[in-house]
Amino acid sequence: MAMASWKAYLGSSIGKKKLVGLTGLALSLFTLTHMAGNLLMFVSADAYNLYSHTLVSNPAIYLAEAGLVAFFLIHVILTVQLTMDNRAARPAGYQHAAHGVKKTSFAAKTAILSGSLLLAFVVLHLQTFKFGTVYTTTVDGVEMRDIYTLVVEKFREPGYVAWYLLSLVLLGMHLSHGFKASFQSLGLFASNHPTLAKLGWAFAIIVAGGFITQPLAVYFFGLGG
Amino acid sequence: MTTSKQMTLKLKVWRQKNAKDQGRFVDYTVEGVNQAASFLEMLDVLNEQLIRKGEEPVAFDHDCREGICGSCAMMINGCAHGDMPRTTACQLHLRHFNDGDTIVIEPWRARAFPIIKDLVVDRSAFDRIISAGGYVSTNVGNAPEANSIPVPQQDAEAAMDAAACIGCGACVAQCKNASAMLFVSAKVSQMAHLPQGQPERARRARNMVAQMDKEKFGACSNTGACEAACPKGIKLTNIALLNRELARAQVKS
Ligand code: HEM
Ligand code: FES
Repeated sequence: MAMASWKAYLGSSIGKKKLVGLTGLALSLFTLTHMAGNLLMFVSADAYNLYSHTLVSNPAIYLAEAGLVAFFLIHVILTVQLTMDNRAARPAGYQHAAHGVKKTSFAAKTAILSGSLLLAFVVLHLQTFKFGTVYTTTVDGVEMRDIYTLVVEKFREPGYVAWYLLSLVLLGMHLSHGFKASFQSLGLFASNHPTLAKLGWAFAIIVAGGFITQPLAVYFFGLGG
Repeated sequence: MTTSKQMTLKLKVWRQKNAKDQGRFVDYTVEGVNQAASFLEMLDVLNEQLIRKGEEPVAFDHDCREGICGSCAMMINGCAHGDMPRTTACQLHLRHFNDGDTIVIEPWRARAFPIIKDLVVDRSAFDRIISAGGYVSTNVGNAPEANSIPVPQQDAEAAMDAAACIGCGACVAQCKNASAMLFVSAKVSQMAHLPQGQPERARRARNMVAQMDKEKFGACSNTGACEAACPKGIKLTNIALLNRELARAQVKS
């Protein structure tokens, strides 16, 4: 009985969106901490490598990684499913597009596209860095992976930088709608609450902007020697 | 005020004989219509022209023509009830258009609102959602003593704001997902705020949402297009509340 009612709840349109909002918000907060960590590139190569080494040598990392993968998969599966259901709910579209205040934002309309590109980005990103070339370095007498050198190497390739910038602009777009939206799905605030709407934009710009500073610094301003 | 100004409008109107007909846009020109006329009066003028020519008039829903019944329903240039905020089609006036404008008029489009004829759609899905729980099932008898059930002023205001919903379906029509969340949330919210709504609170939220899903409306993408399109200014805060109500119903069960 209890199990069946939870299944009905989480299977309802509202229940699914609760999970999408929850996983989306958790992933958003993850992108913020990831971005903040990356800023250590501006402190020094050692600081950056040490941060990375500290993270991966903590046994709790496996739990955190498993959680992230699970949240990511739940988010993807449910949003793909919802997008299909939502499109089926309007089999014939309108001839004339909406305009003015009754228009839907571009970011909200294209969340499945920005999301799908993010999915591709994340897969390639893990391949490039997490499972990429292993250089080593020694910091304070401890031998560790030199992820800094690999990042600098990649950020010197114009094609890679272009792809990275595109992906981060799309992340910013996804967040510009998604961050505030998740609060409404969670039942906390209306997504158009004036403060939340401003915070949503600030969050998107800070996260995407923060990630973009490193490739720009490496490619155009010679960061990393 | 130049209320007597005449104007000519070019219309592209969706014509569909019945639910099975494929339907198509037909171009019309309405000449010499008064700028002070309402949008529906302009369609009346068009229909008189059509009747004189022996053609079938354009079918559209209307009743009160004063913005309170929720009958009128049409997309005007891609906007539910036209692009004016907090306005029903019957309260939209031609002074907001320019002489010579082309206006595209389409029915509400949603799988849950099948087209009956031309601009008329079947909105009985809303009635079935209300039947699933949008009521208080106690026999209330005579009106009680006014102050015997105290309601905090804020709650009374929130309930009244939600109760302003006229059930026209503009929220569904404007939403990219044809979602009925704003409608359902207004109906749930109106009673969740009042003492009379408490005994059936959890069951109401659950049953109305189940019926909403059964009618195959889309899910909420939190875009806010519904609030913008709502002629009565029903707020997104109601949707946040419905999301809370269903969680509350689940935890309490
Ligand atoms: C870094 C990764 C991601 C983050 C931080 C993120 C964040 C979010 C957030 C916060 C929302 C708002 C949820 C809501 O309306 O309650 C959202 C919605 C959405 N996400 Fe993501 N997302 C990510 C990846 C993806 C991926 C890989 C997809 C691929 C399919 C995707 C597809 C969507 C879609 C389609 C929506 C809109 C759902 C709707 O319209 O109801 N997202 N995302
Ligand atoms: S006809 Fe009643 S609201 Fe427009």
